[in-house]
Amino acid sequence: MAKKKMTPSQKRQAIWGWAFILPTMLGLIVLNYYPAINTVYQSLCKTGDFGKGNIFVGLNNYKAVLGSAEVWQSLWNTVKYAIVEVPLGIVIALILAVLMQKKLAGKTLFRTLFFLPMVCAPAAVAMVWKWLYNQQFGLLNNVLHTNVAWISDPKIAWISVGIIGVWSIIGYNMVLFIGGLQEIPKDYYEAAQIDGASAVRQFFSITVPLLSPTTFFIVQTRIIGALTVFDLMFMVMDKTNLALNKTQSIVYLFYTYAFTNGNRGYGAAIVMVLVVFIMIVTFFLQKLEKKIVYYN
Amino acid sequence: MDSISTRYKINKFITYMVLIIFAVIMLVPFVWMILTAIKTNQEAISVDPFYIFPHNGWHFENFATVWKSYNFITLYKNTILFIIFRVICACLTATMAGYAFGRLEFPGKKIMFSLVLIQMMIPAQIFVIPQYLMVSKLHLLNTTAGLVFPGLVTAFGTYLLKTGYQSLPKDLEEAAAIDGCNIGQTFLFIMLPLTRSSMVSLGIFTALFAFKDLMWPMIVCTNANTTTLSAGLAKMQGQYGSDYPAMMAAAVLAIVPMIVIYIVFQKQFVEGIATSGGKL
Repeated sequence: MAKKKMTPSQKRQAIWGWAFILPTMLGLIVLNYYPAINTVYQSLCKTGDFGKGNIFVGLNNYKAVLGSAEVWQSLWNTVKYAIVEVPLGIVIALILAVLMQKKLAGKTLFRTLFFLPMVCAPAAVAMVWKWLYNQQFGLLNNVLHTNVAWISDPKIAWISVGIIGVWSIIGYNMVLFIGGLQEIPKDYYEAAQIDGASAVRQFFSITVPLLSPTTFFIVQTRIIGALTVFDLMFMVMDKTNLALNKTQSIVYLFYTYAFTNGNRGYGAAIVMVLVVFIMIVTFFLQKLEKKIVYYN
Repeated sequence: MDSISTRYKINKFITYMVLIIFAVIMLVPFVWMILTAIKTNQEAISVDPFYIFPHNGWHFENFATVWKSYNFITLYKNTILFIIFRVICACLTATMAGYAFGRLEFPGKKIMFSLVLIQMMIPAQIFVIPQYLMVSKLHLLNTTAGLVFPGLVTAFGTYLLKTGYQSLPKDLEEAAAIDGCNIGQTFLFIMLPLTRSSMVSLGIFTALFAFKDLMWPMIVCTNANTTTLSAGLAKMQGQYGSDYPAMMAAAVLAIVPMIVIYIVFQKQFVEGIATSGGKL
């Protein structure tokens, strides 16, 4: 009925508009929305032998997944990884970004260096770190004169992997912080200086609140990024690693079941657990945003 | 006066020290990667902290050996094709959709755009199994088309370009209409060139994402001749994990091209990532 009222100009816009969005919308439906629903369906099925056919088994996969100590352990491992990567990666990046606000020689060089890991394949980064961490021949144990099993001692392997994550992400967080800092008007600092506020006071009274939208954005994207970590884990933690169970992330476990073992129903159920977990985290983050983020 | 200037100097000194310490931490893995790559395996595993530099000559031939035995030419070719097609698909579909969402009015626009936004909030892992099954059914396993498949369209890019088009002044279209342009011509000749910076951001983002991606290439390209650099490295590590100089030489070969591109187009990279703020 609305169509009859359309002027020729509106009609043209409607035709062009739909023609322009059609490829994207079709793509999203075929490549994302259908797969999302299909994963839910698969999580209710048992994968037939030789990958043939799905047998509907109801909630059996969920019973198995939720009753599996391995799944809960890997979820906890993922959280532990996030506890290392997210705060450290953000605090260090913020310090560097604030320092880079000053007039310095070689600023571009520093920025280039800090951002460098962002353009490297995580597979390569993980290989180098694995070599640095090597218990017998690694640089770290050599320099420190220690004999620590950095990545195969279940007690510390999660920290070691987390540190690779921090090293990889500092530059990215820093660039986002620099962007946020540049948007804070300079006169606030000048006014504060006239009032005799110290640099520390200025940081906490001006920088922190006015930077909070940027900080929140980074916190949110990094938490979700950390909860879905895969590349570093996969490259660093071999199947034979003694610390595998106490370190592997949930996405790694999903990959193992769905693609190495070909048990897609079980893998799909693991993904659903991850999705629900991320949704809960996102929900609380949104609540938090209203309370602590300062939008002027 | 004097104390202020000394305090200023101390301040600056501390700033430099912190930056330099972190710069060294960032550099050490790269330096060690290169130094290991030019050693013999025997040197690499000699447990002496003073063997930092190779002392039996610099074995650049490690690169040549790795280049040949791991078929790096194929890996480069696969990765470049993968990146190029992903970038073309993303830019093409996203700029069209972004223009429609940002500048045109049509029925159903709000609902369709909410589908774009919702996609961005769903963890991508939920798409992987069915995407793999589709690629498998289409007989695209171990092909570039299979690699590109999930990236044919991009919700994030659509959102990014929509914001880009929205920020353009309104009178542009009116002027174009007076000159007799239809909507297609207005888009192609007037609006599209003005969103170049958003397109560059999306292109860089897409290229980096494809280059760094590990799971998808491992799933769809199990054959060593069809896979990408990232997934190729994973394969090599599984097979020859204890030949450290070879591993490091392979890692260097895999990351050097992107580092060179990054250093040349540094400004675009950093700005592109900062303005798009995408989840990499």
